[in-house]
Amino acid sequence: MKWLNEEDIQHISIGAAVLGTGGGGDPYIGKMLALSAIKKYGPVKMVTLEELEDDHFVLPVSGMGSPSVLVEKIPSFDQLTAPLEAYEEAVGKKVDVVMPIEIGGVNSLIPVAVAAMKGIPILDGDAMGRAFPEAQMVTFHLDGLKPELVTLADEKSNVVSIKPADGIWSEKISRQITIVMGGSSIVSDYGISGKQAKESVIPDTLTLAQQIGALLTNERTAKIHPIVQMLEKLNGYKLFTGKAIQIERKIQGGFTRGKAIFEGSDEDKESTCQLFFQNEHLLAEVNGKPAAITPDLIAVLDEETGMPITTEGLKYGARVVVVAFPAHEKWRTDIGIETAGPKYFQYDYEYIPLETLAKEADQ
Amino acid sequence: MIRLGIDVGGTNTDGVVLSADNEILASTKSTTTKDIFSGIKQTLAKLMEESKLNAEKIDVATLGTTHCTNAIVERKGLNRVGIIRICLPSGSAVTPLLDWPQDLVDQLDPVTLLIHGGYEYNGEPIAALEESELQNAVEKLKGEVDSIAITSVFSPVQNEQEKYVAEYLSKAMPEIPISISSEIGSVGLIERENATILNAALMSTIRRVSEGFQQALEQEGIQAKIFLGQNDGTLMTNEYAQKYPIYTIACGPTNSIRGAAHLTNEPDAIVVDIGGTTTDIGVLANSFPRQTSLAVEVGGVRTNYRMPDIYSVGFGGGTRIHREDNGWKVGPDSVGYRLMEEAKAFGGETLTATDIAIAKGQVHFGEPDIASFKDLPVDDIYETMTHVVEEAIDRMKTNSEDATVVLVGGGAALMPEALKGASKVIRPAHAGVANAIGAALGDISGTVERIYLLENDSYENIIENAKAEAVKNAVAAGADPNQIQIIQLEDFPLAYLPGQALLVKVKVAGPLKI
Repeated sequence: MKWLNEEDIQHISIGAAVLGTGGGGDPYIGKMLALSAIKKYGPVKMVTLEELEDDHFVLPVSGMGSPSVLVEKIPSFDQLTAPLEAYEEAVGKKVDVVMPIEIGGVNSLIPVAVAAMKGIPILDGDAMGRAFPEAQMVTFHLDGLKPELVTLADEKSNVVSIKPADGIWSEKISRQITIVMGGSSIVSDYGISGKQAKESVIPDTLTLAQQIGALLTNERTAKIHPIVQMLEKLNGYKLFTGKAIQIERKIQGGFTRGKAIFEGSDEDKESTCQLFFQNEHLLAEVNGKPAAITPDLIAVLDEETGMPITTEGLKYGARVVVVAFPAHEKWRTDIGIETAGPKYFQYDYEYIPLETLAKEADQ
Repeated sequence: MIRLGIDVGGTNTDGVVLSADNEILASTKSTTTKDIFSGIKQTLAKLMEESKLNAEKIDVATLGTTHCTNAIVERKGLNRVGIIRICLPSGSAVTPLLDWPQDLVDQLDPVTLLIHGGYEYNGEPIAALEESELQNAVEKLKGEVDSIAITSVFSPVQNEQEKYVAEYLSKAMPEIPISISSEIGSVGLIERENATILNAALMSTIRRVSEGFQQALEQEGIQAKIFLGQNDGTLMTNEYAQKYPIYTIACGPTNSIRGAAHLTNEPDAIVVDIGGTTTDIGVLANSFPRQTSLAVEVGGVRTNYRMPDIYSVGFGGGTRIHREDNGWKVGPDSVGYRLMEEAKAFGGETLTATDIAIAKGQVHFGEPDIASFKDLPVDDIYETMTHVVEEAIDRMKTNSEDATVVLVGGGAALMPEALKGASKVIRPAHAGVANAIGAALGDISGTVERIYLLENDSYENIIENAKAEAVKNAVAAGADPNQIQIIQLEDFPLAYLPGQALLVKVKVAGPLKI
């Protein structure tokens, strides 16, 4: 158990934006939402999976939709808690602990804001170990669970509850509702017991995000560049160094979709890199060959500081380093790859683990 | 065409006169005065004397000014701002000014109002404007604020409500200047709102600066066209600057890097600008200042302008050297523009970096009183000073190879002939006035902001067409077609229009064609 202070939140926002692989929302908005709620409602306690009681009621809260909308249309306080309140009313019990559904700049911190407003703790863990664009891309789904109930809210005080048949339908229906709500909503789904959380949740991911954020913030002047230190910590690879020369991006179907092209510099001079994204980076190609494939994590970092750059925040001319990290083992299973692998996103590649691709590129 | 460039820094006011082919006809350095304008006047007088030019010969006068930056950083002379965010029912979880430094907020003494309205990404209103809220705004703001900043959700996509509210308030308070966010920044509500508030807060500052510059020029009989330097290295007219003072923020470092590029012809180098109080280190990449891709804070406020990637350390000619229990400490405080009165070498009482460089024999300045330094470990202190700069240079590198280092600024002479991490150290002639040269050489820009239809053309073609048109505009305004670079390129889909509409913003710039 630990109380989150302002510095922790700052660090979580940055580290979560790295693990958020370009998606999961702008870390600055995430930080501001959490700090604003804490300032108004009081501090937040973070608990570990071990500290959960088996009969605790644990509920994820997250933002759904296009991160490009969220940087303009910021939620209202009422909107942040409305899905949780609707969930409580429908199931007839109070939420004991909230949790992030994914690790991303905003989505790791919206539950912190909700925890502050409700005076309940947040769980140190999530259901992806990263960020993914779609609602069924969660470890709960991999473990055969259904969302049962999904509640969504917008800033206009519209609240919608649905009982979808399964995770895939939950995504389809709630995405349409989110589009009608203006491209961004707050959602609760997969309300679970503490016992179930212990089986399905990827543990300690908020702490991991906090450590990465602290590393990038505090090690700027270290002998070993913070990016190098981070790659070591996450068993990652540097894929490319270069400058953004083309960014195609649109708000479509409730996502931020597009691709970014980078022109190489330093050792990558003469090379190009293309990133394809749907909120999150899903595929990195260097000179037309795959260098990292979903569900492995792909992140774009500011070349100098290592600070993460989100898909909606990337600007023409940005000098970046593209890095990749292996996904959590739950995603490298058959069902993991079926749920969030390249074929699902209609990329014409078989999933090849990052380590194999890196070895091939070296030869 | 004869051009005059003035750069007003915290310590020095530098000036330069350039001929039609960019030869330096005169250059001078004066101490920045407390009232600032007598410093400019003094600089102008010296320039006219040295160049022996007739005042009418000067066609263009460019001012690079730190007034706006300093007003924010030092919290001085800022306007009281009325802040209106058109957002409700969204946006209440992060209110305006939430993470601003409290002392800056106190200076703005703001009246903040959130009202109904704003747009969805597709241009549909989140809510309609409410007459009663606008009336209330007039009541709350009238007599309480000097300027107003208006920001609506998704105004880069649709700014009708911002314009309507601005007109409404303007009718009730015609004397109050109003800034609207769609003219100031791009997508990202908080950063755009911050920049708009800062812009509104600087209205009186920019008026004072421009009137003062105009007066100083008039007194010298100079009737040139007046420009102000922007942080992207381009120039803006005086009239434009009155509406958008925020664009002058951080033009100083941009000017010194560009000045260094002109003086050395080095396309790639680390530029070290040593002033009286700080050393700003920037990177010249392909002859342009390297820009940072991260949000830049100005006086503790987050904005989303693209700025030159600058690392600043508290070291300059006026930096105080402190005796501590276990040795000597360099800075970070400085005697600033009082160097000539306070430094030991000039008969003052304070030991400064300049004194150490004189004692070391690095800087020759009259007959230094060596005796007064004989008990000091001059070599050790000098090494510590040098090390501060070397560490900062190392920080700006993106690889471990030694780099070309260009030393500019009034304090350039303080550093030794060789520096760790530098393959060579260049100290060009006129290094002391590099930023005034940068100001005089400000680029001419061309912009395009237009809606294109993706159903008629491919994305690539649209972008190429927009770029080509921006280049055409820049050339028409006088830029050299062979040296034009893109400095901003953004597109944003407008889902509310048929035919897959894409809003494209391009800004290109190049040096004046001679």
